[in-house]
Amino acid sequence: MDKNIKLELRNITKIFGKNPPKVISLLNEGLSKSEIFKKTKQTVGLNNVNFKVYDGEIFVIMGLSGSGKSTLLRCLNRLIEPTAGKILIDGQDITQMNAKELRDIRRTKIGMVFQNFALLPHRTVLDNVAYGLEIQGIPKEKRYSKALAAIESVGLKGYEHSKITQLSGGMKQRVGLARALANNPDILLMDEAFSALDPLIRSDMQDELLALEDRVQKTIIFVSHDLDEALKLGDRIALMKDGEVVQIGTPEEILTEPADSYVSKFVEGVDRSKVLTAESVMKRPEPLVSINSGPRVAIQLMKNHGISSIYVVEGKNRHLKGILMIGDALEALKTGKSLEVAMFPDSPRVAPDLPLNEVIPLIAESQYPLAVVNDSGKLLGIIVRGTVLGALAVSGENGRTETPEEKNPEEKTSEERKSAGKFFEYKPPEKIVFIGKNKGEVGHSSEDSGVTDGKGDIINDGIDSGAPAKATAKVPLRSDSGSGQEAKTC
Amino acid sequence: MLIPRIPVGDTVEFAVDWIEGNFGLFLDLTSKQLDLLISGLKDALLFLPPEFFIPGISLLSYFAGKRNIKLAAGTAFGFFLIENMELWELSMETLALVLSSALLALIIGIPLGILSAKNNILFHVVKPALDFMQTMPSFVYLIPALIFFGLGNVPGMIATVVFAMPPAIRLTNLGIRQVPKELTEVADAFGSTGWQKLSKVELPVALPTIMAGVNQCIMLSLSMVVVAAMIGVRGLGYQVLFGIQRVDIGMGFEAGLAIVIIAIFLDRITQYLSPR
Ligand SMILES: Nc1ncnc2c1ncn2[C@@H]1O[C@H](COP(=O)(O)OP(=O)(O)OP(=O)(O)O)[C@@H](O)[C@H]1O
Ligand SMILES: [Mg+2]
Repeated sequence: MDKNIKLELRNITKIFGKNPPKVISLLNEGLSKSEIFKKTKQTVGLNNVNFKVYDGEIFVIMGLSGSGKSTLLRCLNRLIEPTAGKILIDGQDITQMNAKELRDIRRTKIGMVFQNFALLPHRTVLDNVAYGLEIQGIPKEKRYSKALAAIESVGLKGYEHSKITQLSGGMKQRVGLARALANNPDILLMDEAFSALDPLIRSDMQDELLALEDRVQKTIIFVSHDLDEALKLGDRIALMKDGEVVQIGTPEEILTEPADSYVSKFVEGVDRSKVLTAESVMKRPEPLVSINSGPRVAIQLMKNHGISSIYVVEGKNRHLKGILMIGDALEALKTGKSLEVAMFPDSPRVAPDLPLNEVIPLIAESQYPLAVVNDSGKLLGIIVRGTVLGALAVSGENGRTETPEEKNPEEKTSEERKSAGKFFEYKPPEKIVFIGKNKGEVGHSSEDSGVTDGKGDIINDGIDSGAPAKATAKVPLRSDSGSGQEAKTC
Repeated sequence: MLIPRIPVGDTVEFAVDWIEGNFGLFLDLTSKQLDLLISGLKDALLFLPPEFFIPGISLLSYFAGKRNIKLAAGTAFGFFLIENMELWELSMETLALVLSSALLALIIGIPLGILSAKNNILFHVVKPALDFMQTMPSFVYLIPALIFFGLGNVPGMIATVVFAMPPAIRLTNLGIRQVPKELTEVADAFGSTGWQKLSKVELPVALPTIMAGVNQCIMLSLSMVVVAAMIGVRGLGYQVLFGIQRVDIGMGFEAGLAIVIIAIFLDRITQYLSPR
């Protein structure tokens, strides 16, 4: 991959207020955004932002609401004038350009896609897409043929004469994308372009953007407040906080080497559900048989649940003793042996925080399901092959399996554990020999099991569970930390 | 304590004398031009005799209303009634006055509305003026017009233009200010010039609101043209006034009915012309 610098920001600062020089001197004294706002009633939009974007790269700008993402993006085509600093596009400083030069750059080099589509309601799809060409004075025939090609490239062929009001959200954003592409710009600016779409359509659009990127090789600057989206799309990600860039790196770097507590919180808060550990893929251990029961009980349970092996536990605390196979149980019944003797005591067991990539080889080798056991020997859950496959299908769809260090399970709230279990709940395919099912109610309490309690909140298909996971993951991010007014009101 | 009488009337008289002394020629010229506009339009409207005019205007409203049979039938019937009441010529004179006044009000008002949407300083000057104008009863406008232009159609038209302009300014300004910020950003982000932004994005998006202003402007023009009969404007208003003075109920009522017909016609047509 060639690493031509397409766009470079040098010390970009933006102050919203009446007396920017004063704010800049306060910034130099080291005051924070909120202190400055208290003191001067001026808002620091951006504070000394520096980065480079390479040719053909998808660069994602991420951060909480009010962190300055939109402001930064709008500085790149000077929809917002930066207070200080330089913006170089192909080595040319656009902050020094006069109105005409700026117009030319906007017409030919930079396209923009908006969060709420921003289509012109009085125009058809075709005339919306042709807008950028129209204002360049390109004759009708030529601009329509270019616009049609752009419409086709976003999969809207046949809709060119539709009215905007007849389109669904996803189609509208395709028109928005086509409009930006029609000018054939080198750089695409996208401000939360998919945020207004519902999760499934959104995921489709992300896929299509990636496919498009493969075909046309644009440099894309994509603003998002959603880590999942950023991880999926970004070649590199810049994380913003209070108008400053706190970290720039590849998705892996952001996940595994967070620069400071802000980033790691960001990553944790969003990614908790996606972090794959033994605990997050295990399922509820049911049925279980008590070590004090006879073989007859064990056989009956296995029969009822249609399974060929059962875990043997002791006491209320579900202390794991071993695993009993149906063959051994039948023999024990004949010979009158106790469960303790008949069972296989060294069943494979793993700690709840073992990363999934270490779980995989174990489950591949083992002929039994894996038992997830905590420090005190309590059986928390079981992992069958199907569960892992389901979890991998989800994470594979998101493009990453490698995960950062997981915290101790004790530090998680039960709510989180619940959701972690829930998202990766998986119903094993028939072919796989499995040991437990969710339905049966066996006489042990599951309040303290720490695993999902299986009351109708199960998403059985591991492949689909990606969407709800994203939806919930987004929620904590929207809490506005900003003190100033919303920027989007008009 | 004795407070001397403040010479309000004298001052005004002095000011008027001064203006007439210095701008008399200009006022006369404008007066002539406006008279020409009104009589020209009136002659144009009277060019076709009613037997042709009525089918013509019905057909026009049929297409203006997007093939609306009811609108066309109503128009035909209304204008037929006017002709039948022998008020044709007076009605056309009133219509000519309304249209030329409204046209002038829009030609001034819409650009002023656009400018005040673009320029906050201008907006802060224009807005209180509009608010003030709205508080005044309509016939107050007749006094300055009368002073500078005497009696007749022209002062009536001037008063009408002033009276009917505020909604055109107000709603144009509002419409442009209400254009969503993302849409103006689109215009800028794709490299539009100021004029392209206005003509291809702002005005089309604001058009429904602007057309509401046009509608109000025309309706106010009609009401003012009728009231302006008090300073010698000819047409249906004068007929109503005549009927009142002579206590001729039938005559006053017929002229009033003709006014109502024209009002409804103008209202419907402008409403159908505005996009939704
Ligand atoms: N025109 C403006 N005038 C004053 N302050 C502004 C203006 N535009 C933005 N701000 C402030 O600048 C800061 C950054 O705003 P910005 O819109 O860039 O945030 P964002 O990261 O895009 O947030 P969101 O995710 O909500 O879109 C906020 O504190 C905001 O209040
Ligand atoms: Mg934003």
